[in-house]
Amino acid sequence: MEQQTIIKVQNLSKKFGSFEAVKDVSFTVNKGDVFGFLGPNGAGKSTTIRCLLSLISPDSGTIELFDKSLQKNRSQILANIGSIIEKPDFYKYLSAQKNLEIFARISGATVSKKEILEMLDFVGLGDRAKHKVKGFSHGMKQRLGIAQTLLHKPELIILDEPTTGLDPQGIIEIRNLILRLKNEQNKTILLSSHQLSEIELIANRMVIINQGRSLVEGSVEELLNSEETVVRIEIDSVEAAIQFIQSKFNPQEISQISSKELEVLISKKRVPDLTKELVLAGFTIHAIEPKRKLEDYFIKTIQS
Amino acid sequence: MLFKNTYNEFIKIVSKPRSYLGLGALTLLIGIIIFAMKADGESMVSFVTASFEQTLSFNGKLVNGNLIAFIILQMLVVHIPLLIALVTGDLISGEAAMGTIRMLASKPISRTQIVLSKFIAGAIYTLVITLWLGILSLLVSHVVFGTGDLMVLNSDGLVILPEADILWRFGLAFCVAFLSLLTVATLSICLSAFAENSIGPIVATMAIIIIFTIIGSLDVSVFDSIKPYLFTTHMASWRSFFENPVPFGEIMNSIVILLTHIVLLVGITLFKFNRKDITS
Repeated sequence: MEQQTIIKVQNLSKKFGSFEAVKDVSFTVNKGDVFGFLGPNGAGKSTTIRCLLSLISPDSGTIELFDKSLQKNRSQILANIGSIIEKPDFYKYLSAQKNLEIFARISGATVSKKEILEMLDFVGLGDRAKHKVKGFSHGMKQRLGIAQTLLHKPELIILDEPTTGLDPQGIIEIRNLILRLKNEQNKTILLSSHQLSEIELIANRMVIINQGRSLVEGSVEELLNSEETVVRIEIDSVEAAIQFIQSKFNPQEISQISSKELEVLISKKRVPDLTKELVLAGFTIHAIEPKRKLEDYFIKTIQS
Repeated sequence: MLFKNTYNEFIKIVSKPRSYLGLGALTLLIGIIIFAMKADGESMVSFVTASFEQTLSFNGKLVNGNLIAFIILQMLVVHIPLLIALVTGDLISGEAAMGTIRMLASKPISRTQIVLSKFIAGAIYTLVITLWLGILSLLVSHVVFGTGDLMVLNSDGLVILPEADILWRFGLAFCVAFLSLLTVATLSICLSAFAENSIGPIVATMAIIIIFTIIGSLDVSVFDSIKPYLFTTHMASWRSFFENPVPFGEIMNSIVILLTHIVLLVGITLFKFNRKDITS
């Protein structure tokens, strides 16, 4: 069955003066995707997202959302998008509820006060509804931002660096919220983030852009070749362990990281055997953990 | 959507403490003027009438509510633009400084509607300030000083307006004063579209008013051709309603010039804001 395309960006370019922020970005997001939008600082991610939200006008290229031209159907399209751009900004002198009421009024949908309060509950701010936003922490503002994106029940949610500046607890909260949106409400989510481990955990498709150009696009699983994994092992006698693994398993790559750690690239299926054989051979394993592959893949892609 | 966002804009204005500065300052200033006139009003008026006493005799109560309301209007119309610009100069640039402009512009509302709703909300605020000035000055001064004929000194000499012939003049004078203040509000909103901070448009509005006022008052022929087109030249045209006969032709000319300024400034704001890249 052919998947419905929600976002289709083709050959997008945007200059600020003589600086080419985006040179040639193309990608496609399908319905139900959690789409990772990756790139180093200054790669053109935020500029692309601003073009998607009609905040800036591209110099060339086309943007289609829900199979319609953004330029010709701006209001209709934006009524079906919820977004956070970097940090959600609110009217500090108004309460959380009043802020949501203001954005709900111009969201293109009818949102009742009851729904606003329910949404505040959903993001864990139910007891702070009447509090002024000026007293909110960064994490609370991010959660209020998520509430604002969902108020009008949009089909597409665009989150630009939603975890910037959050503490680990805040990052986990936002991750869980995104997973709930994906699993419980089947939303299509475009997620731009520096947190590669977050993208690896929750995205099913991704694009990597650098210097204003899209480099690779596809399924996270396929791009990262998830049949193989890098395993980091904390073990005594690292050098002997390396010799043992090489002779028994002939891995694609193996290297010593420190006096007590090694990393080995091996098929996922062989990890249980590897652990078992090391123990049977008398090695003491202090820790064994899969290393996230997206980080390596990202760096290799950017450098190439 | 325009109505909904105008309602939003009005909620924002009434929720900001600075919006009440204007009302508070007006109340205080009117109180001070009334107190001063109560304490020393008679001697101030006799200083003015002294030069006419050889040819005219003055009967009745010269220091009355109508005269005080006129003095209040004359004194405050000069200063109210600052109170107006304090709120309206922040309407677009304040959102840019706070970052909320991004949130607004990414909603299904056109930029034209965003700008127009801000103008309408700014106009309502200006009307509230003008009404507050009118009600407070007329009501309080009449309660404190009572009523009577209005004596006005203008460039043509002394005009005495009978008590029964005054209220309609105040009504129309406040309408023209509102139009003058609306021009100031429109100017500050226009400047606000070019700025990313709140203070710039407020200061720039006042600077423009001061510069234009100075140009208007300079008796130099080089400026004679532009003076009739400066909005500041027409900001005091409300005073013409207290002349006898009322120069309706001149007042209409002033109204047309002020309305032209408003339309032009709204146009410039729409042109700028619709093409603005909202990057931060």
